[in-house]
Amino acid sequence: MGDLLTNLLAGPVPIEAYLGVSLIMFFAGVYGFLSRRSMLMILISIELMLNAADINFVVFNRYLFPGHLEGFYFTLFTIAIAACETAVAIAIIINIYRNLTSVEVGNLDQMKE
Amino acid sequence: MQYTLLILVLPLLSFIVLGLVDSKWKPKVAGTIGTVVLGIITALSYFTAWEYFSMHKVAGVYEKVIPFNTEWLRFTEFLHIDLGILLDPISVMMLVVITTVSFMVNIYSLGYMVNEKGFERYYAFLSLFTFSMLGLVVATNIFQMYIFWELVGVSSFLLIGFYYTKPSAVAASKKAFIVTRFADLFFLLGILILSFYTKTFDFGKLTSGDASVFSGATGATFLGYGVLSWAMAGIFIGGAGKSAMFPLQIWLPDAMEGPTPVSALIHAATMVVAGVFLVARLFPVYITYTPEVLHGIAYVGAFTSLFAAVIACVQTDIKRVLAFSTISQIGFMMVALGVSGYGEHEGLGYMASMFHLFTHAMFKALLFLGAGSVIHAVHSNEMNHMGGLRKYMPITNWTFLIACLAIAGIPPFSGFFSKDEILSACYEFSPYMGGIMSFIAGLTAFYMFRLYFNIFWGKEHKHHHTPHESPFAMAMPLVFLATVTVLAGWIPFGHFVTSDRANYDIHIEWGVAGMSIAIASVSIILAAIMYRKESEVPKKLATTFAGLHKAASNRFYLDEVYLFITKKIIFNNISRPLAWFDRHVIDATMDGFANTSQWVSVKIKGLQSGQVQQYAYVFLLGTIIITLLVLIF
Repeated sequence: MGDLLTNLLAGPVPIEAYLGVSLIMFFAGVYGFLSRRSMLMILISIELMLNAADINFVVFNRYLFPGHLEGFYFTLFTIAIAACETAVAIAIIINIYRNLTSVEVGNLDQMKE
Repeated sequence: MQYTLLILVLPLLSFIVLGLVDSKWKPKVAGTIGTVVLGIITALSYFTAWEYFSMHKVAGVYEKVIPFNTEWLRFTEFLHIDLGILLDPISVMMLVVITTVSFMVNIYSLGYMVNEKGFERYYAFLSLFTFSMLGLVVATNIFQMYIFWELVGVSSFLLIGFYYTKPSAVAASKKAFIVTRFADLFFLLGILILSFYTKTFDFGKLTSGDASVFSGATGATFLGYGVLSWAMAGIFIGGAGKSAMFPLQIWLPDAMEGPTPVSALIHAATMVVAGVFLVARLFPVYITYTPEVLHGIAYVGAFTSLFAAVIACVQTDIKRVLAFSTISQIGFMMVALGVSGYGEHEGLGYMASMFHLFTHAMFKALLFLGAGSVIHAVHSNEMNHMGGLRKYMPITNWTFLIACLAIAGIPPFSGFFSKDEILSACYEFSPYMGGIMSFIAGLTAFYMFRLYFNIFWGKEHKHHHTPHESPFAMAMPLVFLATVTVLAGWIPFGHFVTSDRANYDIHIEWGVAGMSIAIASVSIILAAIMYRKESEVPKKLATTFAGLHKAASNRFYLDEVYLFITKKIIFNNISRPLAWFDRHVIDATMDGFANTSQWVSVKIKGLQSGQVQQYAYVFLLGTIIITLLVLIF
């Protein structure tokens, strides 16, 4: 325990630390996606999962293929696409709000019938 | 002679145009278009006849000319259906008959149908009928004939049911269609059997006298008769349906529900002789390979003729009298074909049959148009509502009289010549046949003059308004057809149409002719005594022979027999069980499929909740399970 702490503080940051952060973020997103009722919160949870994936890209690029930049570029792409996706999702949510005066995801089963 | 194609194309175009514009044009315009087109093709037909009979005689025999032929549908290496035009003496003669009568009927209808609703529809159907009938007679092969055969059936159906708001007309059109269609089933079977063994539909090959065509059928028998006999008998049944031969004649009297000019065109002059034409067209096959079927045709024809003539003596609806007389006269033609041999003098019956077809078409159309003129004047079909009309309708009176004399067989009117040839052919076949046909000829004279005297003489019936002579459009065809009726007998018919297409000089056998004139005169005098003035004789006769009179008035209960067979036997024993099977087995199986899938879908509907989070949850669970499975194994 003492060694690990020493290593952590003294040496370079090990890959497990980064992956641990992204793991926590990802499952926080999954949990949020499943438990939140508001569509906005669900959207935020999705963003959280996406960001966890981005971190993984960067970390694996940095540690496994130093000198290459594909992972970074991929991350940039993902961020851009996530921004677009959010814009679309927000537009949909606003429209749903106008029609139903609610963004509760549990109410959205009109298409079933 | 490529222009003959126009004879077919023009009426078809006229039908399409008149059918499409329907009521957008004034009725007169539609009528004029139809009539003018008919006038053009009539002229073309006359020109065709002139050119054919004057230029296409090779070594004393008229050749067959095929100005147009195209392959339409190919089944096998040998079997293919062509559409084309075949000109030979009988088809050219039929062209003339059909276009003449059709043209006259078109003109007549301008006056007769003028205030009817659906005038354009009427002319469109007339054009369709003319097209189909012309296509039928010029068919180069038996299948083309069958196609047009069905087309005339359809046009007949449409025209009988022209007054489609009248239930009796609708029933009559349905009856005509079903009965003839039933007969056509046998026609089709006959065609299929024939083509299966001969490998051809072509009339040219079938009637060429080339025995190798029929070599496939030799030795093949079914129930004791050769397959060829069955095929030819089936084809004859088809012809018997259209030509109203016993026992398929039941539709024709009812077909009188249609407009009278239609009865004149379709149910007197042209379509009903299609059966005769069919037998004549295949005559070489009948005479060479299946003479027993040909004899059968003679007996069927003779029986039908007698049967119809007896009924005609007691009917009171003037159009029905004419309808039964038509059946009887077609019987004459069939008999003539049935007793005929092939070539020279042997083929007298064939020539006589075609001659009678020609003259009968003219005077029977005249009779029907005359009857139409009478009906137009008194607004009734019943004989009792007429009487004494000769003073009011001189043209109709005289033309009707001419037609009656012609059908009764009095010289010098056309019917005498053709009927005399038929009778001498019958006497040559067997004296009994000749005797029966002479007797029927006497009956013919009797019932026709019963009709004539009842309409134009006898006690005058009180009319709502004074009857008047028909307008020019109706009188003109009457006069024209009467002229033809007077003159047609002098046509040297044997120079044009004979069984072997060679020349044959008609000579009147005065023994037979004298006797038939005597019989006809006696019958006419009898009719005159009974019906010219009011008399008690008919009533007395009716009470003396009450049973026969009642049976004949009810057409010997043949319709009732048909109804019994169809409604009681066929419907109860076959149709209803079939309907039950359909409803409870076939439909039930299909319903079972539908019900089962609906039940299943109701059950699994809950899975599709529409809740995104539920889906995500299931998805996540699934992923975890798969991951665990991968890790374990």
